[in-house]
Order: sequence, then C-alpha cells, then structure tokens
Amino acid sequence: MSSLATAPAAALQGLLRARELGIVLALAALVAYTAAGNPRFLSGQSIRDILLNTAILAVMAAGQAVVVITRNIDLSVGSVLAVSAFGVATLMSANPSLPIVVALLAGLAVGAACGLLNGVLVRYGRVPALVVTLGTLYIYRGVTYSWAGGQQVNADELPPHFLRFANDSILGVPWLVLIAVVVIGGVSLMMRNYRLGREMYAMGSSPQAAELAGIRVARNTIGAFLLSGALAGLAGVLFAARFGTVDAAAGTGYELNVVAAVVVGGVAVFGGSGTVWGAGLGALLLTVIGSALAVLDINQFWQQAIVGALIVLAIGADRLVAVRIAGSLRKRDSHV
Amino acid sequence: MTALLEVVDVTRSFGAVAAVQGVSFPLLAGEAHALVGENGAGKSTIVKMLAGVHRPDTGTLRVRGADVEFTGPADAKAAGIAVIYQEPMLFPDLSVAENIAMGNQPLTRLRQIDRRARHANAERLFGRLGVHLDPDRPARGLSIADQQIVEIAKALSSDARILVMDEPTAALTAVEVDRLFAVVRSLRDEGAAIMFISHRFEEVTALCQRVTILRDGRHVCTEEVAGLSVDDMIRRMVGRDLSALFPKQDVTPGDVVLEVDGLGRAGVFADVSFQVRAGEIVALAGLVGAGRSEVMQAVFGVDRYDTGAVRLFGRPLPPRSPRAAMTAGMALVPEDRRQQGLVMDLSIERNVTLPRARKLSRLGLLWGGRERREAGTWTRRLQTKLGRLSDSVGTLSGGNQQKVVLAKWLATSPKLLIVDEPTRGIDVGTKAEVHRLMSSLAADGLAIVMVSSELPEVLGMADRVVVLREGRVTAQLTRAEATEESVMYAAMGRPVTAP
Ligand SMILES: Nc1ncnc2c1ncn2[C@@H]1O[C@H](COP(=O)(O)OP(=O)(O)OP(=O)(O)O)[C@@H](O)[C@H]1O
Ligand SMILES: [Mg+2]
Repeated sequence: MSSLATAPAAALQGLLRARELGIVLALAALVAYTAAGNPRFLSGQSIRDILLNTAILAVMAAGQAVVVITRNIDLSVGSVLAVSAFGVATLMSANPSLPIVVALLAGLAVGAACGLLNGVLVRYGRVPALVVTLGTLYIYRGVTYSWAGGQQVNADELPPHFLRFANDSILGVPWLVLIAVVVIGGVSLMMRNYRLGREMYAMGSSPQAAELAGIRVARNTIGAFLLSGALAGLAGVLFAARFGTVDAAAGTGYELNVVAAVVVGGVAVFGGSGTVWGAGLGALLLTVIGSALAVLDINQFWQQAIVGALIVLAIGADRLVAVRIAGSLRKRDSHV
Repeated sequence: MTALLEVVDVTRSFGAVAAVQGVSFPLLAGEAHALVGENGAGKSTIVKMLAGVHRPDTGTLRVRGADVEFTGPADAKAAGIAVIYQEPMLFPDLSVAENIAMGNQPLTRLRQIDRRARHANAERLFGRLGVHLDPDRPARGLSIADQQIVEIAKALSSDARILVMDEPTAALTAVEVDRLFAVVRSLRDEGAAIMFISHRFEEVTALCQRVTILRDGRHVCTEEVAGLSVDDMIRRMVGRDLSALFPKQDVTPGDVVLEVDGLGRAGVFADVSFQVRAGEIVALAGLVGAGRSEVMQAVFGVDRYDTGAVRLFGRPLPPRSPRAAMTAGMALVPEDRRQQGLVMDLSIERNVTLPRARKLSRLGLLWGGRERREAGTWTRRLQTKLGRLSDSVGTLSGGNQQKVVLAKWLATSPKLLIVDEPTRGIDVGTKAEVHRLMSSLAADGLAIVMVSSELPEVLGMADRVVVLREGRVTAQLTRAEATEESVMYAAMGRPVTAP
C-alpha cells in the first residue's frame, strides 16, 4: 500500500478528531473572553467550582455516551441519581460510621439495579429505549418521592467525613474530579481498545449486521444500560456529598443536560460513532458556559438558548460531516 | 470423502410461503458444491439456516456427523461455518479492517485489541484476493463490489472449514472472480467444504464439482457437474427449455439523445466522452473500480464533476441535479438497490409506483386500484415471485427485490435509461426476459446506457461498448469489434492470458 491509500483515511480521521478539537477551541475562546471581562473567572475557587460541577455531569455523560453509541438512549439517569442520592444519604445518616467506600458502592449498586431493569425492558420487551426510559424516568422518580414522603436529608444529619469527601483533595486534585477522570478514562479505554467496546460500536452502526456477526447483542445492550445506571448511581453519591441536602427532587431535568453533553461532545445520535472522552469534554463545555454566563451577568434565558443552539450546531455538523464523508468516499476511488 | 455438513429433509416456511420443503444433500470435505435455482427457489433460506439465522421447521442439520441446533449466528460460527450473505452486511462507521475482524478480533496479551495485527491481516487477505483496498477507511461509501470483497475477506479470515457463499460474485467482473476462485480452490484442496450460489452457470462449471438444483423450494437433484450441460441444469431448474441469452435486435439508431463531453472528476475519471442515440444500447465495461458507475452517477447528477458537459437532446443539463435529469427524461437504476432503490418496509406496489405517485394520483390522493394495476403489470412482466402485492418488499428473495427496482424505473417511461448492473442477482429465465424487454424498449426509440460486469451480457446486448480503465476511456468498440478478447484487452491494458 502506498501512502496514497492512507492519505484519505488520515484526512478522514483528522476530520473526526476535529470535533474534539473544536470543543477544546471553543472552550479556550470562551474562557479567554470571560476572563478578559472578569478576571475572577480564573481564580482558584472559580475553577474548582467548575470542575466539581463538571465531575457529576461527566460521570453520567460517560455512561450515556456508551448507551447512545449502541443506538439507544437512557432518559432515566436524573431519576436514578435521585434514588441513589436519597438512598445513600439516608443510609449514611442512619449509620454515620460507615466508610465512604461503602457509600460509593451502595450508590453504584442501586444505580446498576435500575440500569439492569432498563436494559432488560429494552431488550426483552422489544420496546424502544426512548419509551422505556421515559417510563422509568417517572417510575424511579415516583419511587423516590413516595420513599421520601416529603422529607429531606439535611447536611447536619450527614456524617462530617462524608461531606468532607466532596471538598477534600488528593495531591491538589479534588476527589470528585479524580473520580470523574478515572471514570472517563476507564470507559474510554474500554470502548476504544476492548472487544466489548468495539462490539458496542458495531451494534450502533448496524444492528442487523451485529446480529449476523454473532455479537451477543442482548448481553451488550443490557451491559450498556447497566453501566449508565451504575454511573448515574455513582453520580448520586457525589451529588449527596457535594450538596449535603437531598430531597426527592434531586437531579430533576439532569437527563437533558447529560444527553446535551453527549451530543455536543460528538457522539452520533444514531449510534456507531463518537468518543466517551468527547462526551466528557461536552460536559465541561456546558458547565463552563453556565458559569461564564453567570460571571458575565447574562440572563439565564440566554444560557438555555446557547445550549440549544450548540446542540443544533453539533447535530448539523454531524450530518454535514457524514454527508461529505460519504460523498467523498464514494467518489474517491478506494482502489489504488 | 467425508460429509462435513449434511442437510437432512429440511423444511422452512414463512407464513403461507413454503420457502424450503424437504431438502437433503451432503456437503463433502474437499468439494465446491453449487446450489442453483430460480429467484425465490429457497437458496438464501437454506443459507440462513446453515448460518443459524433461521431455524428449520422440521429436519436436521448435521455437522461432522453430529446433529446440531443453532440458536443464533454465533453457534454456526462456533461450528466452523462462515457465511457470505447475499446482501453485504457491513458496519458503515467502522474501518474495513475492523469489519473483517469483528467477532474475531486479534488480541494482545492484555486482551486489548491488536490494531496492528488486524491491519496486517486485512492487508494479507486483500493481497490474497489481489485487490487494493485501504484497510483503514470506513466501510461507509464502499461500492457494492468492494463491499462484497470485504465480505469475502471476512469469511476467509475466520479459517472456517465450511464456507457458504450466497452470490458472492454478483457484482464482480471476470478478473476478481478468477482471483476469488483461485483462493476458493486452494481452500478446497486443503479439505474445506464450499457451498457456492450463483446465477452465472459458467462460474458453476468452472468452480464446482457437484451441484444441487432447487425448484420452488423442492430438491430436484444433486449431481456431478461434469455430467451435466448448462442446458440440462437450466431445464431442471426451470422445468422447461429456455434459451439462456437473448441477443439484442438490430435497430437503425435515431438522433443523438445523450452526449457526454470530456467529463472529468479529479482522481476518479478524466476526459470521458461518448454519445448515445435513440434505439441504441451502449454498455460501459471495465473492471471493478474502473469508474463506470461513478461516471454514470455524475451524468445523472447524483455526483459532481469538475470538467466537461452533459447534453440531453442537445441541451446542456445542469450538473448536480438529478431532478433536472429526471424532468428531462432520464432514469437511473442504481447499483446499490437495497440502499438507493427500495423502501424495505413499504409494500411491493407502493415501491413500484413510488417515482410516479404524482402521475397516478387523482385529486392529490393515491387510489389503491390504479397503483395496484400498474404494479401488477410490471411485476408480472418481470416474473416476480411474490405472495401479495401488499406484502412488504423486505420479505422478497434477493433477486425478486432487484426485479421490483427494475419494474419501478422501467414503468416511468423515460427517454434515456441508465441501468447499473441490470441483471445482478437475477435468474436465467428472467435475465432473458429483462434483455428482451430492454431490446424492445430500444426498438421503440429508448436510448439505454448499461453498466455491466457480465461480459456475455455486454457482448450480447450492446450496440457499442465503451471500455473504461482507471477512469479513462480506453476503447469504443462497435458490436462487430467487441469480443471477449478486445474488451478485456482494453479493460486491463494488456492481452488476456488464458487462466
Ligand atoms: N423473511 C421472510 N418473510 C417472508 N417470506 C420470505 C422471507 N424470506 C424469504 N421469503 C420467501 O421465501 C422464498 C424463498 O426465498 P429465498 O430468499 O430463499 O430465495 P433465493 O433462492 O435465495 O432467491 P434469489 O435468487 O432471488 O436470491 C421466496 O418466495 C421469499 O419471498
Ligand atoms: Mg437469495
């Protein structure tokens, strides 16, 4: 093979990577502009807040990205966060001596159970994920409301070591951020370099071909939802530790932010392409936009409009790139 | 020789359609075994049972003497059966190399995917097949022929002892077919068993030792190929005598309909010029990748071109506008019919009448009666095997789907018809019918451009043959000049050596 043959492929990969690059550039521009207007934006405390807020969103986005890559969607993550956050807060207030690890594991387990139910319903109920998870969005939320019965867990009921966890750092990196980075890194690695991840891309790219290739579609679909649920559960623990006060309305509407982060981060809505770390960048971008607008004292309304415009832009860019690539590949003779 | 695989009295129905009824045959180690029959005879249904996609209603499959029951494609794979499906099944977002490796990815010691090994493996397989495909490009946008080559590479990569190939050659030209056969022969000599399906009998006689003939889902016979003539095979398959090819009748050509003048597109084709007159059939010949389909897509306006012009009846056509081309009287039957020609979930009648919905409508509404009558006429002319016109197209056999696409465009009564592989996947009987139809349309003054990989079809049907090689016209041959040697010489740029 000559270099001629690899040139279009390289150009193509460049195009695909351009998405992540585009986000980084947008981020840089946004930060520079905001900091110019208000230097406090770059203060240690401000950056720390942004990173802590990103952490929770990014953990959920990692799971959501996997689900979307398999050509599904998980709308229940906000409610799963609430079940987990309220459950773990109740657990910790009742047993103040429990170590942090137990709280994290409990959150993961609660979320995994919710995700498992989603996955089983999608796969064996033969109902589209959109419908199933819209249903469980209300079910999990309803369960939390009836469990909480109007009560909330306050910060003073929670053990101090649990609350400190949200603010403590290790080597200058807050625990929450560290957890988010580990999650994004780990899931990215799985999707990029392991058989399971590649099979998930294949399933999203062509469900029919995946069945014929003997891929264990049922196991993998359920696995994707399980992961998304478990990570939403983990996010619930981080939420409880960070905010201290937890009621049944925790995380209402988060699912839309998570899906927005994933889409803005370059994961194709119809599955098969995009990266997990791109979704993480998407989460960071959305959070930075939120803080920047607050710092610049711009109306809340504009924040929503800008996020909306970004989503449209992201999807538009996807279509454009897809059409261009398909066209250029069809015409570019693949034979050398 | 031992039987690697046995099909024993197998039956499979879809609703009221009995697709396969009581078929038995063994597949021996070290043989290439052909499976032939008309469109809808049940060949692909048998393939899908061997692949674990469908389960037999009754009867059994035996692998190496042991009864097996496949619950899915993974089981069949595990039993050492590799399958090439009639319609390529690739993952458009993944690279070609990953498509080949999927389900069988090479791993490093840390159980990560070994990209380097995967790439090398793809290169090795393409080398063996003698094709130059970039393993790193995504599968999206590959031509049908290239998709088929990737499917072949995928099947070869699994080192299966039983290789089932459902019309792997339908989109390939003689040169790629020869290379494929060389590979298959060496596998066969190493003791693998190969099941081969094709509507081209010269391929069956060239490759296979034995043949199983099906008619309407029933087993007709399993015999040595050497003892059968092509006519014998066709007779048993169709149940009556049939002339295999239908040469075009001579027509005095009329005015120039299409003029392609110096058409070029950087890196794809250059300086392509030819004319088509009313009543003429012009064939575009060349190897896979020579740019035949690309030229015609540009002429029709689906793709862009950088230089040159296209004129219809002397008037220039705007580039990149299929709509203008259609209004001016052009019709294009695309190569990739499944993706570009059919809506799988819609009914057969709706698909046939789709491009003319406006003409058939009264008061802006579609009325079932006219639609059904039109669809009925054309599907009957093309001998489409179907249950009801209201069934969805997805339930038809591969060849019958092709016929629906042809019917759809023939029914638009165009002035210039471009057909890309008019008889891909179509059985002998209907092939003759399609040829007869094209010939009579030409006699009525229609101008036809045909892209075909099948040399006998090109030689039998074309008034003139335009041969492309690497995107350039290397010869324009009249019917008298066009022979197997002259076309192949122009297509390859060197004399053909006997295989
Ligand atoms: N999923 C399905 N649902 C309903 N009918 C089907 C289905 N699959 C196949 N059939 C019917 O079964 C019959 C046999 O089809 P099959 O695909 O096996 O034919 P084939 O011999 O492969 O034909 P071809 O040469 O056109 O590929 C056809 O009448 C077809 O309409
Ligand atoms: Mg078939």
